[in-house]
Amino acid sequence: MTDHIDIISVDGSARHRAQKRFKSYGLLAIGLSLTFLFIMVGSIVLRGSSAFKQSFVQIKIELSADAIDADNIKRVRFGKLLKQSLRNKFPEATSRKDKKQLYKLVSPTAEYSVRKQVEANPTLIGTSAKLWVRTSSDVDMYLKGYVDANLDESKRRLSDLQLEWISLLQRENKIESRFNTKFFTGGDSREPEQAGVLGAVIGSALSLLVCFMLSFPLGVLAAVYLEEFAPKNRLSRIIEVNINNLAAVPSIVFGLLGLAIFLNFFGLPRSTPMVGGMVLALMTLPTIIIASRTSVRAVPSSIREAAMGIGANKVQTTFHHVVPLAMPGMLTGSIIGMAQALGETAPLLMIGMVAFIVDVPQGITDAATALPVQIFLWADSPERGFLEKTSAAIMVLLAFLIVMNLVAIILRRRFEQRW
Amino acid sequence: MIENNDFAPENTIISSKNVDVFYGDKQALFDINLNVAENSVTALIGPSGCGKSTLLRCFNRMNDVIPICRVDGSITLGGQDIHAPNVDVVSLRQKVGMVFQKPNPFPKSIYDNIAYGPRIHGMTASKAELDEIVEESLKRAGLWNEVMDRLDKPGTGLSGGQQQRLCIARAIAVKPKVILMDEPCSALDPIATATVEELIDELRERFTIIIVTHSMQQAARVSMHTAFFHLGNLVEHGATSDIFTAPKDERTQNYITGRIG
Repeated sequence: MTDHIDIISVDGSARHRAQKRFKSYGLLAIGLSLTFLFIMVGSIVLRGSSAFKQSFVQIKIELSADAIDADNIKRVRFGKLLKQSLRNKFPEATSRKDKKQLYKLVSPTAEYSVRKQVEANPTLIGTSAKLWVRTSSDVDMYLKGYVDANLDESKRRLSDLQLEWISLLQRENKIESRFNTKFFTGGDSREPEQAGVLGAVIGSALSLLVCFMLSFPLGVLAAVYLEEFAPKNRLSRIIEVNINNLAAVPSIVFGLLGLAIFLNFFGLPRSTPMVGGMVLALMTLPTIIIASRTSVRAVPSSIREAAMGIGANKVQTTFHHVVPLAMPGMLTGSIIGMAQALGETAPLLMIGMVAFIVDVPQGITDAATALPVQIFLWADSPERGFLEKTSAAIMVLLAFLIVMNLVAIILRRRFEQRW
Repeated sequence: MIENNDFAPENTIISSKNVDVFYGDKQALFDINLNVAENSVTALIGPSGCGKSTLLRCFNRMNDVIPICRVDGSITLGGQDIHAPNVDVVSLRQKVGMVFQKPNPFPKSIYDNIAYGPRIHGMTASKAELDEIVEESLKRAGLWNEVMDRLDKPGTGLSGGQQQRLCIARAIAVKPKVILMDEPCSALDPIATATVEELIDELRERFTIIIVTHSMQQAARVSMHTAFFHLGNLVEHGATSDIFTAPKDERTQNYITGRIG
């Protein structure tokens, strides 16, 4: 007869309790971080989503043939016509002060929109057309519910008279909220209702392109040389330590370096994605080198021996076998570096990418700004309308990042080989 | 220890004279004089750390890549000193192929595994020629019938024994004179081991094979000559039958009877 062997787990033993406790700490940590993430993204979405909508107002405008020279539309003063139409609509505005308030209902850029619409459709000339133009940012904010009409008149940006006009227009269905395409197709503007992120997105994309073109080949080659070819001596150790230190240098220092070397010494054009990309490349390089070295080191030496055993030389071994196998890791490191570079603001301020630039850049030598800098600029603006634009631009930045990471994952899958 | 120096097969292809190998300050091999006969199988046996793999790696200068390793003395291949300044280590390794302990196919297709060597050495002018080499090498390694319909599949998807035969096929694809095998069966099961041993027996006709093995039975089965190493010294070298039945040295006697090692 065998002795009774106790293998039944005694629930509540110290070992079990410790295990459970540890598990719950882990869950708590994950839960907390998810909550913070949710709060952060949630508040950005809440604040930013209204930026994708923009209020438009319909104006009946007299485009009489004698006022408009069809061959010379650029010369026509549509602003005057627009003001005339507004006065026709609300004849009660007679005093200078009331008229001024009336004109402020529509965006200051509305006259250009009218010109564009006439240019696009010349048959309108000679008729009295009903055209949709953007409302001013103040009206837009009111319509989106950001302005409290019960406040004392002196404490809000819209007067009682303006509110009256707005409610009249609303009753006549002459105010509409539409998808704000301008936000995705336009450059920066002083008017919130006119401002778009395309200039900043293109600026960021061009900067990152330059950054990648410079830092990826340089970083990978440096890593491969240091890992596979360089003699292991004092010099290579010094280089290694310094590369690791470079990764910890504050990014603004790289900005100052770019300002001193690229702009002042080499005289490259300032505020351009070219210089921005070069500065970001300096910043990204250590990250790429460190990640690439790690992934080169992770390639099993049996592969190197196999190649050398059949007579491949060092270069063939490295580039036919080691580098392809290390490529997924190198790409991962590069993408982490690029993601850092995408969110970097400080070095770009130093080289002048903080300038107010309305045009969408056409190439790497055009003046441009970048997404994080654009966010910084808008966040700094006093207009109420830029508040939602700031959050919306953050959403665009996050989307940019997600797209970049997706591309990275797809690329990595492509290169991935098993051994 | 003098008697092993006298063992000189009439058709020597590789010969080492007074070879000392150092790893940094530590000496791994002491004054090795070994002659290897052409088209034969020579087994290097001995306890772990006796330097047999180190010597094997000297024959195709694989030790060159270890920065702290130093080789003194002379090693000749067909009468030529392999350390002579005009010797191209790439050509040397083409003539002296190597099969490793752990099967290490490239993470590429079976075809590319074999074709890689001929490609980098520019041995073929056309795709048809390359196809021929691949087929011939796989046939000679006894793998053709198993993989002929999946040459484009990764070599790493094969079983351990198949992978090792793939590595042998890869080694013979560059048409070497000598094949060095560093415990080729230690990671394989008995059945795969038997297949590889049969293969070694067939390859003997065309190639000179030097095999490092831990298994004395394997040495007895596949080799014609056996060299016994102990603590960095070549203790005894002779016909396999002599070594296993009538060892001259006491240490050899102790090792093959299982008293040391």
